[in-house]
Amino acid sequence: MLAASSPRTLTVACIGNPNTGKSTLFSALTGVHAVTGNFPGVTVEKKIGSLKVQGIPIRLIDLPGTYSLSPRTLDEMVSVDVLLGRQADVGPIDAVVCIADASNLERHLYLVSQVLDLGLPTVLVLNMWDVAKDRGIHIDVDELSRRLGLPVVTCEAHRRQNLDAVKQALLDVVEKPPRPPHRVFSTEFYAEIDALRQEIGQDTPHYIAERLLLDPGGQIENGLTREVGERLSTWLAASRERLRAAGCKIPAIEAKVRYHWAREILNGVQAAPSLRVTTRSDRIDQYLTHRVTGLVVFCLVMFVVFQAISFGAAPLMDGIEAVQGWVGDAVSGFLPPGPLRSLLVDGVIAGVGGVLVFLPQIVLLFLFIALLEDCGYMARAAFLMDKLMTKVGLSGKSFVPLMSSFACAVPGIMATRVIENRRDRMTTILVAPLMSCSARLPVYVLMVYAFLPPILLFGWLPLQGTVLFAMTTLGAVVAIPVAWVLKKTLFRGETPPFVMELPSYKWPSPRLVLHRVYDRAKAFVVRAGTLIFATRVLVWAASFFPMDHAREQELAAHIERLEAGGANDAEREAAVAALNAESERLLAQSYIGRLGHLIEPAIRPLGWDWRIGIGVIASFPAREVIISTLGTIYSLGGDVSEEDTGLRTAMREASWPDGRPVFTIPVAVSIMVFFALCAQCASTLMVIRRETNHWGWAAFTFVYMTALAYVGAWITQVVGSWLAA
Amino acid sequence: MHTLADLSLGDAARIVEILGEDAVAVRLMEMGLTEGEEVQLLGTAPLGDPLEFSVRGYRLSLRKAEAARVVIARPAA
Repeated sequence: MLAASSPRTLTVACIGNPNTGKSTLFSALTGVHAVTGNFPGVTVEKKIGSLKVQGIPIRLIDLPGTYSLSPRTLDEMVSVDVLLGRQADVGPIDAVVCIADASNLERHLYLVSQVLDLGLPTVLVLNMWDVAKDRGIHIDVDELSRRLGLPVVTCEAHRRQNLDAVKQALLDVVEKPPRPPHRVFSTEFYAEIDALRQEIGQDTPHYIAERLLLDPGGQIENGLTREVGERLSTWLAASRERLRAAGCKIPAIEAKVRYHWAREILNGVQAAPSLRVTTRSDRIDQYLTHRVTGLVVFCLVMFVVFQAISFGAAPLMDGIEAVQGWVGDAVSGFLPPGPLRSLLVDGVIAGVGGVLVFLPQIVLLFLFIALLEDCGYMARAAFLMDKLMTKVGLSGKSFVPLMSSFACAVPGIMATRVIENRRDRMTTILVAPLMSCSARLPVYVLMVYAFLPPILLFGWLPLQGTVLFAMTTLGAVVAIPVAWVLKKTLFRGETPPFVMELPSYKWPSPRLVLHRVYDRAKAFVVRAGTLIFATRVLVWAASFFPMDHAREQELAAHIERLEAGGANDAEREAAVAALNAESERLLAQSYIGRLGHLIEPAIRPLGWDWRIGIGVIASFPAREVIISTLGTIYSLGGDVSEEDTGLRTAMREASWPDGRPVFTIPVAVSIMVFFALCAQCASTLMVIRRETNHWGWAAFTFVYMTALAYVGAWITQVVGSWLAA
Repeated sequence: MHTLADLSLGDAARIVEILGEDAVAVRLMEMGLTEGEEVQLLGTAPLGDPLEFSVRGYRLSLRKAEAARVVIARPAA
């Protein structure tokens, strides 16, 4: 065939078990040229990279790591659909790269055997060749290739060894004549498959028919039964019964036959020491999964991770806020006070800052997660914590995401990708925002130190500290029944198995780790960041319009002139006070202010007035915004902190029209309870929407948390008032 | 009837069968727990569950409830 002027792009799918270095190989082959997204309608990540081999463009699709290709859920169905060319947004597949662990080949041949049933041109990559050699395992690659009828390439992806051979094998395999079909089952089985295809249509792919017969109650049977009708179930049951009578018991037959095939293939091809060599990995594991030393190391590791994301990230976040302030000041210097300046400084620049401020925590958390995952520790962490987490109906894999959510729910929710069971993952995502994140602390600090007396309970327990601690743990305590209810209702189903491989320890690959971190950070900024930014700008607009800001701008300009001219303090203070009073008036009458008044009847039972209402609404983008909103609404300007004595005094003096104080102790505590349980964090909601690939779950989280927060605040107010009386 | 959940630390035994035909049973078989294979108990998590096994040359963690689905031949004394 003559070379065409512009060669056709080849589409290649990459598949393999988890922990085989599939992602390492993928990133080694494609470099930074990868785009991540979601397959429509499911939570499976779609990762497509591109490379060129001898001028021929190749589109490489990274399928999720899996032990088998027998789809039981919609998510698992995606890989089968992609491989069979039935996934519309991917198109037909030209070849498959199947990655197996050379040090554990027998088990990996199970998936290989299923992939071969697809009948696609396939290259088998034996990764971790170095580990196999260390274990004294020898594999006759040429003979293996002959027996399988496939090109087999050895590889050390983390050292970027032999990548060219992988690429060359890909080009070669596409040109090769098709292999004879891979048939490991008995003739009776294939007779049933033929009969089945007569029944449901000859155009049904062979692999689909095979799965239909082999997976009772699987995704394909359920899907097709809805299409074809009950007669299919009846037919399948009869067919399975015929096979059972012939000694071919479904579903047990599949593992039996495929593992038997794998052992036959390796017989004489693989020479392994008869006694398993105790490797360094085994010796490390003796300590890391030990009842005592294992727990000590685990606590240390988690302590370091938590410290890094909550305190290590703080200077970087302060830095981003400082830069945001500096850019805002610089823009203010260029532009006269007016709607444009307000839009740029308070809307756009604050919005960009509000997105970027999450990056330090995301980068640090994913740095640790990628390191722990790549070296093999993550599976041990899940192993150690599993028993504890099963008490709330989750598994050990939910521990790290939930722990991270105590620093910030945004990276915590992004970290739930390690949980492969959909119901467990969804439950973890939905309760993660209840964990007390660092943004709640300013609200607690403001309320506790402004309204609670510095007394000792029972003569030794400081009240303020106790309330702070209670608020910090409240969300986690409430999360337990919430998770339980979610698992009993929306995500009901049999307990997912905790059948998990504990991979051998290895040195993490810096390249892969950095790649993952970059990937996550980019995905956050592009997919969730844009939405967070939009929310900020919208809330800015709602607090700016529809009022005429001319006088406020005049006052601001006046103050700037006074500052430049070195006027005396008294004159300046008077101008600032006038400006703050004007800002208060404008906010109170803005759309947000009107909304605050509008909801006053709804929040009256909580003992709250419209000013608190405005604070709650304005803090939808982020909880801590309530501080600056209260600052504005109490005529102190928006630049107050939670430790500002002026703000504390103003709040203590705030009163209802009849003179009763607004902020009683029950009201202050009810505000804290509300903020502990509410979903006033647009960033979290946007990340939920991105991770679940559905707006509905973001809305659900907002509704259920707001309801919890309202009821919690109401109970606090009622019980508190009763106690105070 | 002995199952993997009854195995003592360090002991090994051969699999006789996997109980049930549901997703858990299939998953266990897919992971290489098939008739005739030898499995060894390597350790347990701090709270006694899950368990860590060695099978087909790799390490696998199972909860006790799942290990109880795997029937083994009485370990040789």
